[in-house]
Amino acid sequence: METPACYRITLASGETFPYKAEDESVLAAMRRANAGPIKSGCFGGGCGICKMRVASGSYRSFKPMSRAHVSEQDRANGIVLLCCIRPTSDLTLAPADDT
Amino acid sequence: MALNQTLRPGLIQLRVLDLDKTLDFYKNVLGLDEVARTSDGRVCLKTYDEFDHHSVTLRLADEAGLDSVAFKVDSEETLDKMARETEAFGYPVEEVPANSDQPGFGRRIRFKISTGHTFELYATVDLAEKHPGLKNPDIWNEPPRGMGVIRLDHFLLYGPNIAEAERFCTDVLKMYVPEVCNLPDGNRLATWITGNNKPHDLAFVEYPKPGKIHHVGFLLQDWNHVGQAADLIAINRLKKDIGPTRHAITRGQTIYFWEPSGNRIEVYAGGYTASPDNPQRVWDSDHLGRGLFYYEGEMIPSFLEIVT
Repeated sequence: METPACYRITLASGETFPYKAEDESVLAAMRRANAGPIKSGCFGGGCGICKMRVASGSYRSFKPMSRAHVSEQDRANGIVLLCCIRPTSDLTLAPADDT
Repeated sequence: MALNQTLRPGLIQLRVLDLDKTLDFYKNVLGLDEVARTSDGRVCLKTYDEFDHHSVTLRLADEAGLDSVAFKVDSEETLDKMARETEAFGYPVEEVPANSDQPGFGRRIRFKISTGHTFELYATVDLAEKHPGLKNPDIWNEPPRGMGVIRLDHFLLYGPNIAEAERFCTDVLKMYVPEVCNLPDGNRLATWITGNNKPHDLAFVEYPKPGKIHHVGFLLQDWNHVGQAADLIAINRLKKDIGPTRHAITRGQTIYFWEPSGNRIEVYAGGYTASPDNPQRVWDSDHLGRGLFYYEGEMIPSFLEIVT
């Protein structure tokens, strides 16, 4: 059986939390670790409350993010909804408006 | 059960981000039946207990939220009268031909109100192919699925200038306002509006961004079904927002959660019987938390902060 990847996610404050499961979002891992400044909402990519910027690292999005909250230009700048992404490396996150 | 011309909210069109996944939720968790697909790929649904052709239309889009809400009125004559009165109120009216973008629906009128929401009115709609029995009827024809919601019940809309929206509903749609919440300066923070004996057909909360929806409400039979809904939210790994709890406002027994595209859904039971001759109930804004979440006794921040 394949061992789930474990990545470390670092916030601008220096706070870090682990991502262990392969089937959850960065937001779910963040909530479970009780980390971060981000509130959670719909977990469906619709409400936009979990918007942040990925400052470094790689990830993939596994569900659509509402264009009302993340434009194509935003995506190019690493703006994401954390409920819609899974990491594929360690990540550093920054506030969405800190670009 | 209309008391004065506007019967009820009869149709809502929602935008969804993932049609297959979200449709599966509406059919198998909420319990709606799919009744039609349009040539542009939208899906029309209804509850098992509704008579009209459909009550919910889902449209695949790149953002979640609300396209439009439509109210059924009691006659074509009322529809014509309300079209004139809507124009006179200051909202330009567009005619939507029968059987055009909503299959089974007669002609509709469409206009935008002060809060930025698109409203529609119609008087005529086809009887659904699968409708509740009429002759010595059983309580249902097929066992209700999932949460087994009974009807599209109401919606809560967020936008600017709800005082004008409330006035439109009373002056033109001939609805009334069983309950309100006011800010210390006397301005409206929230209003609950109905055209019949339900405590609300729609509600508004004052909000700077136009055209937002807070939730769509569907009716359940009783408190036990609220518990069953909570079970189904957990089993299906849906994200719960609030509840099961009780509203003091409307008195509904309720649970809120998000469907897979991030539109908030309420399923609820109970609520008082409203009547236009009853005095209006008034909430001060610093008591709104207890009014909304009676068992918690305080505001739950996500309720005011998160809309689509």
